[in-house]
Amino acid sequence: MNEAKEFVPSEASAESPASAEEFRSSVRRWLEENCPQALRGGGVMYHGGRKESVDPLVLQWFDACYSRGWTVPTWPRAYGGAGLDAEHARILREEMDSIGAPLPLNGQGVTVIGPAILEIGTPEQKLRHLPRIARGEARWCQGFSEPNAGSDLAALTTSARLDGDDYIVNGSKTWTTHGELSDWMFCLVRTDATAPKRNGISVLLLSMDAAGVSTKPIVLISGRSVFCECFFTDVRVAAADLLGRRNEGWTTARRILEHERSSESRPGGIIGSGPGSGSGGDGRTLSMLAREYGAGPDGRMRDPLVRQRIAEVEMEQRALALTQRRADEERARSGKGVPSEETSMFKYLSTELTSRRMETYLNIMGFQGLGWEGDSYTPQELQATRYWLYSKAFTIAGGCSEVQLDIIANRILGLPK
Amino acid sequence: MSLILDEEQQLLQTSARGFFSARAPISQLRALRDENVTDCFDRATWSQMVELGWAGIPWPERFGGLAFGFKGLGVITEQSGRCLTASPLISSIWLCGAAILLAGSETQKLHYLPSIANGRHLLAMAFEERLRHAPGEIDLLARRTSHGFVLSGGKRFVLDGISADTIIVAARICNSACDTGGISLFLVPRDTPGVTAVSTRILDSRNVASIDFIDVQVPDSALLGAVGQGPELLDAALDIARIGLAAEMLGSAQECFERTVQHLKDRRQFGVALGSFQSLKHRAAQMFCQLELSRSVVLEALTALDEDRGRPEIAKLASLAKARLGATFHRVTREAVQMHGGIAMTDEFDIGLFIKRAAVADQTFGDVDYHVRRYAELEGY
Repeated sequence: MNEAKEFVPSEASAESPASAEEFRSSVRRWLEENCPQALRGGGVMYHGGRKESVDPLVLQWFDACYSRGWTVPTWPRAYGGAGLDAEHARILREEMDSIGAPLPLNGQGVTVIGPAILEIGTPEQKLRHLPRIARGEARWCQGFSEPNAGSDLAALTTSARLDGDDYIVNGSKTWTTHGELSDWMFCLVRTDATAPKRNGISVLLLSMDAAGVSTKPIVLISGRSVFCECFFTDVRVAAADLLGRRNEGWTTARRILEHERSSESRPGGIIGSGPGSGSGGDGRTLSMLAREYGAGPDGRMRDPLVRQRIAEVEMEQRALALTQRRADEERARSGKGVPSEETSMFKYLSTELTSRRMETYLNIMGFQGLGWEGDSYTPQELQATRYWLYSKAFTIAGGCSEVQLDIIANRILGLPK
Repeated sequence: MSLILDEEQQLLQTSARGFFSARAPISQLRALRDENVTDCFDRATWSQMVELGWAGIPWPERFGGLAFGFKGLGVITEQSGRCLTASPLISSIWLCGAAILLAGSETQKLHYLPSIANGRHLLAMAFEERLRHAPGEIDLLARRTSHGFVLSGGKRFVLDGISADTIIVAARICNSACDTGGISLFLVPRDTPGVTAVSTRILDSRNVASIDFIDVQVPDSALLGAVGQGPELLDAALDIARIGLAAEMLGSAQECFERTVQHLKDRRQFGVALGSFQSLKHRAAQMFCQLELSRSVVLEALTALDEDRGRPEIAKLASLAKARLGATFHRVTREAVQMHGGIAMTDEFDIGLFIKRAAVADQTFGDVDYHVRRYAELEGY
């Protein structure tokens, strides 16, 4: 790996006590000096790990951020973070967004399993895994879904049998996002086959390089292959790599899923940042596209119905961003500091909105939105069309919309099961 | 500024909630309706609101206000929405108060604002002339004379127009040959000769008036703002009122939703609680999400007023809030009737009062379609 990875976050990165105003201006200055021009607004996504070749400029940006603890800004400095509170972290994010700076580190390590280890990991697990995530050395994937355990996740059958100080894992996982590029998996396994289905589950932290692990990419309707099937044959995992309590993995998984939902629905998360969202990607909004594809001489959309659909999507986008800000403020005040049931609302709203946004995007492009490949379509058009197809996965993956609505109804509204 | 309420605002919220549920519950609206009270609101309740300082809450102290911000007024208005309380908050404070605050001369401000805040004056705004909200289409004429203006024309849908003692009228100024510009606002006492108001009782049990102006003479000093300033002034005052109305709609929709969720828990059919059926659960969860989005846009719009973010930002937020609340209030009340079933069809049950209010509130100051279109225009596409 890159030498700069040896940096230890400096004392200078203890920004939290600074006033919001001071922090904002110091961040602005630092970003101006350190964020490479070529990366701004480019939508580059670095996920950490060593199995994918990465542009050196991206690594330079990563290292600069790492030196400030900003690859994981809210984590304690002992684990490579900057120890920022929610408000300072939001300011950092806003300043990065305002110049189109890409997030230095993405993926399940920083957004999902890292926060979960921080919350419930043993001291050894924290020291072993968190700094590696912060340094970009380990890319993580999620081993939840199985061929016969999708929305009914608790029906999973991948088994882990204790053998001395190790578990022996057998079974398979599917819909594993970039399993083939990942170094580690947090994996739901059955540790007690006799208990009722939610009671015999545990979470293992499993090396994807261990003997007996193999992966096979899945080609999607979008023509892409971001998911894998993963197979486990007598894979040995140290018992110390069990996260949370044995046989209480369902509770652990629920917390992990809340972190996942909360990160996915953020404006900068995968879902908030695709084509047409105005942030990340090509940085264009639907209304900008509308002017390009369907504007009359006055610059206004010719078709009032299309214009109305665009306005509805953009208005809801704004309402959702405001609601996320309000939730942040409420969380900061209550001191709860962790996402909870409300993440189901954000997951539901943001994925449904993205799906609608991409439908509107396609609609704006007309025939140019129907291309599959070739020179008759711009790369941007082809990307948008495929993203429209890919976006259909968002309302299915990570707990489908119907599951989220169940959670809201049962846990927030208190309707009877 | 923040999207959540500070401690003082929370206290105000609690006391407003207590006030409306004790002094002006939904049964009051029913009584006003059944007894055919002309004002369609309760003067004694309004006096108590005035005594609490609520009629001048966002205004500077030198104009008789409490300088407590639009967020403060929004908190109160939202709570009045929970009880469907009819009051001149929207017509006299949010709309006319805003217009005077925005464009009044020092003399006008000192004359009207303190006396609105202390309950001596009630104002109403007469600007609608078409079948639906169209503040830009003004035909009522103001002919210039040697000592002022003579107003001729008709207005409709004047909120609380039958109760107000002073009407703000939008008119088109006509010199010798009539020109097309020159739309301006005038402050006209209701008892000026030639002003005739006819009360129309509408379906939410409130009153709107149709007002005729036949050769109504007013002095130059009746002008509110400059000649020709009418369109932008009306638009700016309406945006403030749209945000206030959205806050009221939020309270009503939230109350209606909570009653519906309670019904889903209590009502049993097929041997189980209604709320255990997934088809109803999902619709309830969707309403919850829409209400959360609604709350955020209302709070942001109120915050923008207090921060005086200016145009077009406030205009966009007003349209965002009014459109979202129109859609949410409609959806929640429609679902409330469906989920309550037959009982919701009876006059005796309160849910019907909510769906009636939703229909009126949506059309007031522009409905969902109007504000979606306006948002697109403000964004320039």
